[in-house]
This record gives sequence, structure tokens and C-alpha cells, in this order.
Amino acid sequence: MAVKPVRVLVGKIGLDGHDRGAKVVAQALRDSGMEVIYTGLRQTPEQIVEAALQEDVQVIGLSILSGAHMQLVPPVLEMLREQESRDIIVIVGGIIPREDIAYLKEQGVVEVFTPGVSTTEIIDFIRKRAARQD
Amino acid sequence: MIEQSKKDKLIRAKKEWMKRVEKTLEKHPERREFKLDTGLPVERIYDPLTMEDFDYPDRLGWPGEYPFTRGIQPTMYRGRLWTMRQYAGFGSAEETNKRFRYLLEQGQTGLSVAFDLPTQIGYDSDHPLARGEVGKVGVAVDSLADMEVLMEHIPLDRVSTSMTINSPAAVLLAMYMAVAEKQGIPMDKIKGTIQNDILKEYVARGTYIFPPRESMRLIVDIFAYAGKNIPNWNTISISGYHIREAGSTAVQEAAFTLSNAIAYVEAALEAGLEIDQFAPRLSFFFNAHSNFFEEIAKFRATRRIWAHLMKERFGAKKDRSMMLRFHTQTAGCTLTAQQPDVNLMRVAFQALSAVLGGTQSLHTNSRDEALALPSEHSVLLALRTQQVIGYEIGATDTVDPLGGSYFIENLTDYIEEEVLGYIKKIDEIGGAVAAIEKGFIQQEIQASAYHYQKEIENDDRVVVGVNKFTMSADQPIDLLKMDPAVSRRQVERLKEVRLSRNQGKVAEALQELRRAAQGDENLMSYILTAVKAYATLGEICGVLRDVFGEYKQHITL
Repeated sequence: MAVKPVRVLVGKIGLDGHDRGAKVVAQALRDSGMEVIYTGLRQTPEQIVEAALQEDVQVIGLSILSGAHMQLVPPVLEMLREQESRDIIVIVGGIIPREDIAYLKEQGVVEVFTPGVSTTEIIDFIRKRAARQD
Repeated sequence: MIEQSKKDKLIRAKKEWMKRVEKTLEKHPERREFKLDTGLPVERIYDPLTMEDFDYPDRLGWPGEYPFTRGIQPTMYRGRLWTMRQYAGFGSAEETNKRFRYLLEQGQTGLSVAFDLPTQIGYDSDHPLARGEVGKVGVAVDSLADMEVLMEHIPLDRVSTSMTINSPAAVLLAMYMAVAEKQGIPMDKIKGTIQNDILKEYVARGTYIFPPRESMRLIVDIFAYAGKNIPNWNTISISGYHIREAGSTAVQEAAFTLSNAIAYVEAALEAGLEIDQFAPRLSFFFNAHSNFFEEIAKFRATRRIWAHLMKERFGAKKDRSMMLRFHTQTAGCTLTAQQPDVNLMRVAFQALSAVLGGTQSLHTNSRDEALALPSEHSVLLALRTQQVIGYEIGATDTVDPLGGSYFIENLTDYIEEEVLGYIKKIDEIGGAVAAIEKGFIQQEIQASAYHYQKEIENDDRVVVGVNKFTMSADQPIDLLKMDPAVSRRQVERLKEVRLSRNQGKVAEALQELRRAAQGDENLMSYILTAVKAYATLGEICGVLRDVFGEYKQHITL
């Protein structure tokens, strides 16, 4: 039986130009069989949510290394709630201090991946979560 | 060159030795295959036979002389050490000014300003897209008023200042000049560098504003203006650093940087500038990554290639036009969040490779940068690392201490050859701008970045603390805490500036700038006038955005 591939939006939120991690993760997810949409740089929270809805993704992966995560990630979660798109999960990757991770999770981010995490760990995480939703 | 009889003897001796090695290998095989980051296999040993045709005067020459392989000054660090220049900036101009003065008191010898992202992308702090970013990765500078505070009590005739600013480089340079003027310093006394390297922004760093052609015009305007008005200013820092951080190999870093440099030189020549007039002020910026000898060879090879390019391809006459002067920063992407103190060791070796490669200035990263912006204590340790290299270990006592090493000279030749191959390829595509527009450079970098990550995950590349010698999670060091009120205060300050200035003068200066931008005059003096009237960065870049349009990213994946 063919399993429908997981659809993931990988987004660079804010003005941050560090896209090495986002692109490596996007490529690894794609190589693992997922369908990946990569937004490119400088996306606002509004643009991220709009693209996620339009592309009908199950997962949003936000990449941010500029330190603006506390201001830019919560609006994404809020808008998803407003759109009643609670089934889209949001994960975050980047340079995120430990105490901020706790806050982001309270806000509804399901996982935060910091430097040193392997793409395999991210792939496994997404697969498990996506399976739970089916 | 070796005499034939000596050579024959050597060949025989090596054969004998190889036989003995075979026996050793039977009992103790080597751990693995060895190769450079660039992929070249590393041989078991390098010896005089591998350097048989080595032509010393042609390949190396003397320090301070063409082709500068051994360094750009005759005495190198015996005369003066490199400039110890830590990249710093966060929060407000006041806070950053304090950090600068602290670093100078601790023996740092030059400043390096980090601006926040809104500043780098030409937005004022109250712009909607600045949300969350004000004062984060650097200091927020909205107008001349902020630059005045940033440089307060810093003698601009005695300190050289490097500013990591690209698309709006002309505006920040104008602000710096205006502050110097207020301090009563003649323009030929200010020293420093603006990064002003837009091409690598499109492929690796991301703080572009305008399309390539318009950006190149601004850059050439700066070359022309600075040549006449601020003769000791480095008008560009052509940067491989970020290309490497984005995932390229050492060879790609050198090749793409030199291709970008060729594009700038060609643009300036096309605009009618004389090669020996602007070339002496071109400077470079490279990455010091983990493969120690490969990095040293990269610096030496790049210096030699540049000298050849300038002399042979562009007909430069002055020695200074052929000298590749460069800043180095240790590789941020090699820092780990795991066991962060181990980063101190990584940084020390990387810094040493830059010194053995003959750098003119150096930034050493702090151990905590995979976790947050560096704390004051971490920055101090990073600076002390440079001071240990400079003053304690003898690495600076002779010029180019590794020159003549069989291994290093082999690597230097190899890297030169590979880099020239890439430059040729990019020339065939139509130069760096065309290669970027076609996505060639981006794809090359992306492929290398992915390969590197795979190597780590397959355990083909050891990263201590990440895939070997791991420990359970730890984050024991005190991290820098950002003041959450910075953004609000910065916006208030900006409002005050907008209220207290002469509005008529601002409007007129911006109008004049618009008119000039629509034509083909040099824009630098118009920008200077606007800056002095306290027009904001966002207003000035806004006018240019209107006239020039904005760059749309070429997404490759």
C-alpha cells in the first residue's frame, strides 16, 4: 500500500540570512521521501502561515538563528490557531537558548532542534508525529 | 631541483623504506583513508621527490615581494603583529560603545562593528519587518545620532574600524566620516574597512537589498569617491568567510571569492577607474576552518593567485595592487553547542592556521557562539587566545615558518590549480554575476554543505562531543542576556531624532539623492549630505529602493 508522503514547509522567518541549516534539513527530508517546500529567506509569520495553508502541509519547520525567535515564532502559532489549523505541527531549528525552548514549547512548538542534531533525528521525529496524526 | 645521482639514491632509499612500511602495515594497518576537505587524498609522506620541479623564485619569492606567497610584508610579524579585531555589537549604541572600550582596554588593536539585521537590510528600527530583530545580531544604527554615540570617546585617528555592512555600506561609511569630521579628524587620517561585498550576499549571507547591477554601481561609486577623499580606507572586503560558513570547501571559498573580486575589478575598470588607483584598497576576508594545513595552504595559494591575476590579467603595475591583504575569522560553523568549552581549542588551532597563513587581522570566535551571542568573559578568552599566539609560542618569530615544507608547498600548488579551474569555469559562464544569476555558485555551495553534514552523520568526519566522545547534555556557562527593552528604547530614540532635525533640509537632501540615483552621478556625496542632515538609514535606503528596485532571491534546492 502506498503511503502518502509527509508534506513539510521549511521556512526562514525574519531577516536572518543563515540558510545552510534550513537547506541541508530540507534536502535531507526530501531525500527521505517527504515533500518539501522551501520558502527562501525573509519570510514574515503571515507569509509562512499563508504558504503552509496553501501548500497543505502537515509540518512547518522554522529556521532562525538571529535571536528573534521569541517575537516571530509565537505569531505563527497564534495564526494557525485562528485558522483552526491545529493539525499542522510547528518545529523550530536554530540557535535557541535553553530557557527560550521551554517558552516556545508552552506556546505550542512541538520540538526545538539546536546545533549538533542530526538530520536523521529530525526525520524520525517528523515521521513519528505525522503517523500519530493519521 | 635535485642532482640526478642524488635523486637516484633517494628513489632507491624510498623504495627500501616502502618495503619496510609494507611490513608495518601488515601488522598495523592505517586507521582509514586520509583526505582534505576538498577531497584530495593526503599521502602518507611528502618528500623532496614530490617537489622535484619546484622553482623557488617563481613559486615563492621573498616575503613582501611578488608573488607574495610567503607574505605581503618583508618582516611580517617580526615588525608588527596582525590587528586583533573582535567583531562586536549588540543592543544599543551605548552598550556596544562600552564593549568596544572594554576590548580596547584589554589590548585589542582595532574595532569591528556588527550591525543588527534591520540596519544591514536598510530598515529603520520601527519598520514592520524589523520586528524582533532590533539590536539582536548587532547594534542598531538608524541615523548619524546613533553613530555618534557608538564612537564616543574613541579616537578615530588612532583606531581602525571595520564595519560589516554591505548593501547600505555607503550610508554607514558616510555616518562614520561625519562623526570623524565632528571629532576634528582630517579625512586622510581615518582608517578602516567596509565589507561592501554584495555578490556573496546573494549566495551566502543574505543581506542584499538591490539587484546586482545597481549594487555594483554603488560599490564602484564608493571606490571612486574613497580614492579621492579617504585614501586610507579599505573600500571593500571581498569575503570568502560566509561562503565557507554556508558550506563550501576551502577551494570553493578561495575560487568564488576571487571570481567575485574579478567582477568588482572589471566593473570598476568599465566605469573608467585606473587599476592602480583602486586596487591597493581592495581587501579580503577568509575563514580559518578546521583542517589545519589545508587552511594554511589556502591562504598562501590565494595570495599567489591574486598577485598573478592582478599583474597578468589586469596589468597592474604597483606592488600594492597585487598584494592580497586579508582579515580572517575562525569558523563559526565548527563551533558546537555540546561541551562548549572545547570550542576554545578549536578556535586556537584555527587562529594559528591564520597566523601561519599570514593574515593581516584576526577575529577569534567565542566558545559560546553555538548557544547565544558571546558573553564578555568568552570574548576575553577569545582575545587572549590571539595574544598567546602572538606573544608566547614563537609562531611569529620567523616569516612564513612553514614555507618549503614538502606537504605545505604541495597543498599550496594543488589548491592553486583547483581554484584556477573553478575561476575558468566561472569565466566561461560569463563571470561571477552571471554564475550567481544562474544559481551555479549556490548549487555548488549547497552540494558541499550537504556532503559535509552527511560525513558527520555517517561518522566519516569526527566532531568531538557531537559524534564521538559525547556526554549527556550540558550547558554550563553563563550566556549573554539581552535587554528586552532595547527595541522600545531604540524606536523612541529614532522618533526623537525625526522630531528634532530640520525637516526641510532632510527632504531636500533625499530629493537630490533621488535625482542623482536616477542619473549616473556618483552618489556618495549626496548620501553624505543626507546623513549629515540626520536623514535615517531607512529613508535613504527607501529612496534607493524606489529608484533601483529590490533583489528577488534565486532559490536553489
